[in-house]
Amino acid sequence: MSALFEVKNVRKSFGSNLVLDDVSIDFPARSATVIIGASGSGKSTLMRCMNLLEELGDGQINLNGLDISAYGVDIDAVRSQIGSVFQAFNLFPHLSVLDNITLAPRLVQKMKKEDAETLAMSLLSRFNLADKAAEYPNLLSGGQQQRVAIIRAVATNPKILLLDEVTSALDPVLIAEVLNLISELKSEGMTMVIATHEMGFAKKIADRVVFLHHGRVHESGSPSEIFDNPKTQELKDFLGALHQAGRL
Amino acid sequence: MTYQPSALQLQREDAKRRASRRSTFIALASTLAFGFIITAVVTGAQGYEKVKASFFNWHYAKAALPSVAHGLLLNLRVLVMAEFFVLLFGLLIAIARTTTSPVLYPIRLLATIYTDLFRGLPLLLVLLLVGLGIPGLRINWIPNSAVVLGTVALVLTYSAYVAEVIRAGIEGVNPTQRQAARALGLTQSQTLEHVVLPQALRNVTPPLLNDLVSLQKDSGLISVLGAVDAIRAAGIQTAQSFNFTPYLVAGALFVLLTIPLTRFTDWLTRKQDARQRAQGQW
Repeated sequence: MSALFEVKNVRKSFGSNLVLDDVSIDFPARSATVIIGASGSGKSTLMRCMNLLEELGDGQINLNGLDISAYGVDIDAVRSQIGSVFQAFNLFPHLSVLDNITLAPRLVQKMKKEDAETLAMSLLSRFNLADKAAEYPNLLSGGQQQRVAIIRAVATNPKILLLDEVTSALDPVLIAEVLNLISELKSEGMTMVIATHEMGFAKKIADRVVFLHHGRVHESGSPSEIFDNPKTQELKDFLGALHQAGRL
Repeated sequence: MTYQPSALQLQREDAKRRASRRSTFIALASTLAFGFIITAVVTGAQGYEKVKASFFNWHYAKAALPSVAHGLLLNLRVLVMAEFFVLLFGLLIAIARTTTSPVLYPIRLLATIYTDLFRGLPLLLVLLLVGLGIPGLRINWIPNSAVVLGTVALVLTYSAYVAEVIRAGIEGVNPTQRQAARALGLTQSQTLEHVVLPQALRNVTPPLLNDLVSLQKDSGLISVLGAVDAIRAAGIQTAQSFNFTPYLVAGALFVLLTIPLTRFTDWLTRKQDARQRAQGQW
């Protein structure tokens, strides 16, 4: 039985700069995988390759055993099954919170307006944002915007959720509310991939931690294996630097 | 160890190549079909022979080319001058409109009235007012050549358009950029010169060039004042032969004149898009 989502021998270079070098990671259903690594280690590029925003240089990406990176696959159809949230919230400024969330269900999944709004309202009230439904994004705090962005991503009922440094632009209090939402989604069984610098959160939520270094999977394992017993010098250096910066 | 593409990757690249060949073929076929239909419709029309004789006569085209091309030199001179002053005045007016100091209120007001007026007035009317009205005043030191006055009219009208484009660019620069510059101790005008304007102009280059292309073409309108430019030269030829081909020759030359600038605009726009994608704005 193969994993829900598989990255196999993925390679990607920009010009002569090799960013991902033979990366292979399995993402089992209902698991949370945290990807750590220094800036420039290839985290973001990997995330962008996973939802096909970047063309692969080599290798393949499988969703439910189907190669979604094969030539001729309907990328739009695949992407609606992969939820993505990024550091810059990218909410649509000309739409209310409710319309931001219902846009994709209505246009992509052809949901009726009332049904989409019922769905959106139930998601918003579950995460204590129901009173913001009619607001426009610029009136929300960063944490609220990012929570809305995550809700928008899960409203299409994706099979897997990619979260790329979703808290990097937020202050600690706002980070906490975003992380709570992510934990709740995890407890509901959402499969997720999280690239983050929040190591405390990584320890708590991760089923597995992957350390990327120079575009390669340098080390991977359970949070305790990675954080408490790092094997390679590179990972030790990385954790040491985080420790010095007070991030661990 | 050197990298060898996997069989999968080779297969994917092959599929991509085949798809690209197929697209080229489809594009070619659809272009041919389209051309065939257009040709059939036009040449099948009842008056086709008459229109062909009076607009597409090779003999008259060849005869008209030298004088029309000579007229085009005048258009070139006019538009180089006009483009220079349009950019200069457009920039100054845009800056005037975006100032905030209360002392400068009259200048702001004047600039606003100017842009409102000259964006609203039809260019033909401005040409007639300037080209026929100013000589009528009989002020000695003002030149009354049709070329100079026509250029003035073009500058008056197009400066208003260009000013609005540049203003949009200035206002489109993120306010935090201005704040960051002021926080570093730059003065208002240093901020404008070194931080705001470079970003503003880069952002509006495509619409700006679009206005310049439009100006190139409208330089042909100075012919209404009697300046012997390409259009006027064609008109003179047409008056002799009652054949309209010379106008078409002038039209073709104007198109040739604008193509380099339009292609440059396209290229610049594409380059900017590429840069934004490279910055990961998605």
